Amino acid sequence: MSEYEKMGLKVGLEIHQQINTSHKLFCECPTTLDEESQGKLERYLRPVVSELGQVDVAAFFEWEKGKKIVYEVPRKSSCLVECDEEPPHPMNLDAIKLGLAMTLAFNGEPVDEIFVMRKTVIDGSNTSGFQRTAIVGLGGYIKDAEGLVTIQTIAIEEDAARKLEDTPDSVKYNLDRLGIPLIEISTGPDIKTPEQAKRVALLIGQMLRLTGRVKRGLGTIRQDLNVSIAGGVKTEIKGVQELDMIPKIIENEANRQRELLKIRDELRTRITRDDFERKVKEKDLTGLFTSSRSRLIQSELKKGGKVLGLLAPGFKGILGRQVMPGRRFGTEVSDYVKALAGLGGIFHSDELPNYGIVEEEVQRVAKELGTGELDGFILVVGPEEKVRKALQVIRDRLSQAFEGVPKETRAANEDGTSKFMRPQPGSARMYPETDIPSILSRELLEDAKKIMPSTPEQKLKELMKMGLNEELAKQVLNSPRLDQFEYLTRKYTNVSPTIVATTLENTLKYVKSQGGNIDKITDEDIETVIASVNQGKITKDSIPQILLEYSTPNSNTKIEAVISKYSGISEEELINLIREVVAQNREEVKSKGDKAFSLLMGKVMERVRGRVEGKKVAELIRKVMKDETG
Amino acid sequence: MLEGYRGKALELLSSLGADIGDVLQVYNDKVNVKGILMPSYSRDDSVVVLKLDNGYNAGFSVNKVKVTLLGRGNKVVERKGHEVSRPGKVKIISTGGTIVSKVEYETGAVRPALSTEEIIRFVPEIEEITSISAEVLFSILSENMKPEFWVKIAEAVKRAFDEGSEGVVVAHGTDTMSYTAAALAFSLRLPGPVVLVGSQRSSDRPSSDSGINLVSSILLAKEAPFGEVVVNMHGESSDTYTLAHRGVKVRKMHTSRRDAFQSINDHPLAKVLWKEKTVKVLRDDYIKKSDGVEVNAKFDSRVFLLKFYPGLKPDIVEILLSAGYRGIIIEGTGLGHTSSDFQEAFRKAVKDGIFVGMTSQCLFGRVNMNVYQTGRMLQQSGVVPLEDMLPEVALVKLMWALGQTSDLNEVKRIMLTNMVGEYNPRHSLDHFPRWKHE
Repeated sequence: MSEYEKMGLKVGLEIHQQINTSHKLFCECPTTLDEESQGKLERYLRPVVSELGQVDVAAFFEWEKGKKIVYEVPRKSSCLVECDEEPPHPMNLDAIKLGLAMTLAFNGEPVDEIFVMRKTVIDGSNTSGFQRTAIVGLGGYIKDAEGLVTIQTIAIEEDAARKLEDTPDSVKYNLDRLGIPLIEISTGPDIKTPEQAKRVALLIGQMLRLTGRVKRGLGTIRQDLNVSIAGGVKTEIKGVQELDMIPKIIENEANRQRELLKIRDELRTRITRDDFERKVKEKDLTGLFTSSRSRLIQSELKKGGKVLGLLAPGFKGILGRQVMPGRRFGTEVSDYVKALAGLGGIFHSDELPNYGIVEEEVQRVAKELGTGELDGFILVVGPEEKVRKALQVIRDRLSQAFEGVPKETRAANEDGTSKFMRPQPGSARMYPETDIPSILSRELLEDAKKIMPSTPEQKLKELMKMGLNEELAKQVLNSPRLDQFEYLTRKYTNVSPTIVATTLENTLKYVKSQGGNIDKITDEDIETVIASVNQGKITKDSIPQILLEYSTPNSNTKIEAVISKYSGISEEELINLIREVVAQNREEVKSKGDKAFSLLMGKVMERVRGRVEGKKVAELIRKVMKDETG
Repeated sequence: MLEGYRGKALELLSSLGADIGDVLQVYNDKVNVKGILMPSYSRDDSVVVLKLDNGYNAGFSVNKVKVTLLGRGNKVVERKGHEVSRPGKVKIISTGGTIVSKVEYETGAVRPALSTEEIIRFVPEIEEITSISAEVLFSILSENMKPEFWVKIAEAVKRAFDEGSEGVVVAHGTDTMSYTAAALAFSLRLPGPVVLVGSQRSSDRPSSDSGINLVSSILLAKEAPFGEVVVNMHGESSDTYTLAHRGVKVRKMHTSRRDAFQSINDHPLAKVLWKEKTVKVLRDDYIKKSDGVEVNAKFDSRVFLLKFYPGLKPDIVEILLSAGYRGIIIEGTGLGHTSSDFQEAFRKAVKDGIFVGMTSQCLFGRVNMNVYQTGRMLQQSGVVPLEDMLPEVALVKLMWALGQTSDLNEVKRIMLTNMVGEYNPRHSLDHFPRWKHE
């Protein structure tokens, strides 16, 4: 039994993958990103009562921030629907069909009647204040080496607007991404180890790619993780973009929950929660800091701010306890203050003296608050209203420490840690989208069956049948460019699939290793090159040079221009060239006879590499030499 | 009550003794979920609709799954709004529309339902502006509005001023809001503003414009210096300000945008900045407040709005006459024309005591029936050119005029009198919007 199984680790995945439909989920806009803005919109959102008569906590949390929301309105990729100025058009059925196809592929059950719901999201990422989403399938499973992992739901939903910037008073989005169809696949909490989570994510991603109907590239697939350990709670971690980070994020979260449980147990030996709540107190300590050397405190006091202290009974040593690499319990508290009270952060007793606050000040604070042997304290600086709010937030968070792990939605950090984002939303945030009639799935199932992905095993066989060796076939199977491979091989039948696969899987890596800028090479560029091979304009050997030359940083040439440089030469030209080379090397040819061949071959190839195949050159050299020696 | 269920699903649910709100389990060999039974608005009568634990609704066909009743649920409690009886400085009269709406399960559509008091709970900042009182006069969709309801609204407005309100806000559906605005404008002499307000995004959604529109309208009703009927809606797509348009010069010019309402052949009277809580009056030729409130709301709805189009035959006029219509507003082409075939039909109608007035389907600009011969001939037949009056406003005005008198000359005099700013004698270049083309 692994360490994590002993901890009772349970992980569920939510995979969100953009679908490559011809238009968005609820309008006719293309599903491409677009930076060209035709203006801005300024909006505010407010929470509403759901059909069950409740208001969602997460929604209220966002509203309390009262932020102005600014939208950049792109010319090509948005219309009045994204602007929330026109009701949604009927749902894109191609997206629903893909959801049904995946349901069938996982051996799940399609929902008979599909209802579009509004999931309240009032952080501004949806202009309407809700994300439109519909469950299309339930149940099913995938087989993993460590056991079956169940599929809970498969939903089709609209992607959110793309966040551009976030300040304390306003948040700015681009509307281009809003409405791109997403498929959301949620597994049950059946995953038992961090590595298994990564494997399952890979497998689901691969099955999606096998449909040939999903987007690829940065930001087109996102993983959310639901993590808990025995005694902990299910924590949602949002926005994991790198598959390789999944195990580390899970490990960190499992350890965080374990540390929080240890903290709970230790606190309980020191003081009861009731006693904590009785003894915890706050006090205005501004007077102690009027001549403080802390720059932060000085600047806040100048603006009329306050320094308030909170006595934290029983928390000595705990505020400074590490719960994740580089993150202490105090950091967790500080994140709550940042998110819920809009303040920069806190100072706590386990990290002082520091940050310009000196020992003498620490002692005076302790005295003023009456800090006992096992007690800690927290200082908050800023405008009084926010500071008071912050102290309330801190009290609540410290009090929760006696219970263990609070229910949170967290955001993944790039280093594999995570931080508090908001309280977990409840089911109250869902209510029906009344602008869209329900959809009967039986009318779509026939089409869905036709686009079901083949299994990876089947696909591997197919690829090898096309002439790919096993290694290359596996590379293609696991590649995000699988759909591109299929597209190119279907369309350009004169080019062997091996060449297409090599170009996509190896040549691009080679070009990168040689200092080429891969980002410059678009799918269209690759297609142009393959098409040129298909027409016999260039030889396959020239592909690496063409791509390398094209992608050289600072080069502005068009791919067509590079290709024309490598375009093949006629047999007549080649023979003339060979004759020329033979004439220049007449001495060697005379003295060495046939053995001069490799010399000539080298000299000719130097001048025609990439424009004609070596085999052809060799053949013509032999012919010329034969003529010459007659 | 198994709201909305029919056929097979109803049969099964009844046999289980299940009711809306109960917890059910549905299962087969592939799926096993529980959820709360929701009212059905399904197209398929075998489908049972559940709200799952994760909040999603999903439909399951009883042909494919087994259903069991797990437990009784909490009934979905409708919070009944009651009317606020204390008098306020601003009165809100609610008539329906999406500014006060919620989901109806039977059809899945949005229906007017919330009480005005619930709106106050929804937009608490109202109470920072002034004291208000509220009345739900009726709750109808604006497309179901009729002239007899205009009378009721006019009377309710009078009552509100008589009770001491300084201004009145009328919550109204947007589709026919400009008709009601015109009807009220012709019917009332006012000691304060009457502000019609609606929303283009229903109030059941977080992005609704209803909150800002309502707050702005209350502010306007309290602070505007005029005694006239206005429509106050979003000034642009952004949530920045609202515009108060003169009730007889406003038109809904877009099916769905927040800034659908625009002054036509006119400029707005005021701009309301909801964040700053200020009213910026844009013109000084507004109608001043009168000393008291007077109501004269009589309408004869035997009036027809005739939109001319190529191929329309004059026999339509005779059909209208024989059906007892007493007035016709023509929405003619260009400067105010119909085909010359109509000359005789109109001549006969006018001779029979029918009022025939001309407006333009161009909406922007003024009719002028002297420029072309057809126009001159139509005038000779007795057709009265109605300047730059909007076709719908002319229609409502004619209903009102016919409610006052049956004397054709008197009707004509009323129709040609600029009573509440329905005519704008001066059009400048900026009275016509220009659309971006490059």
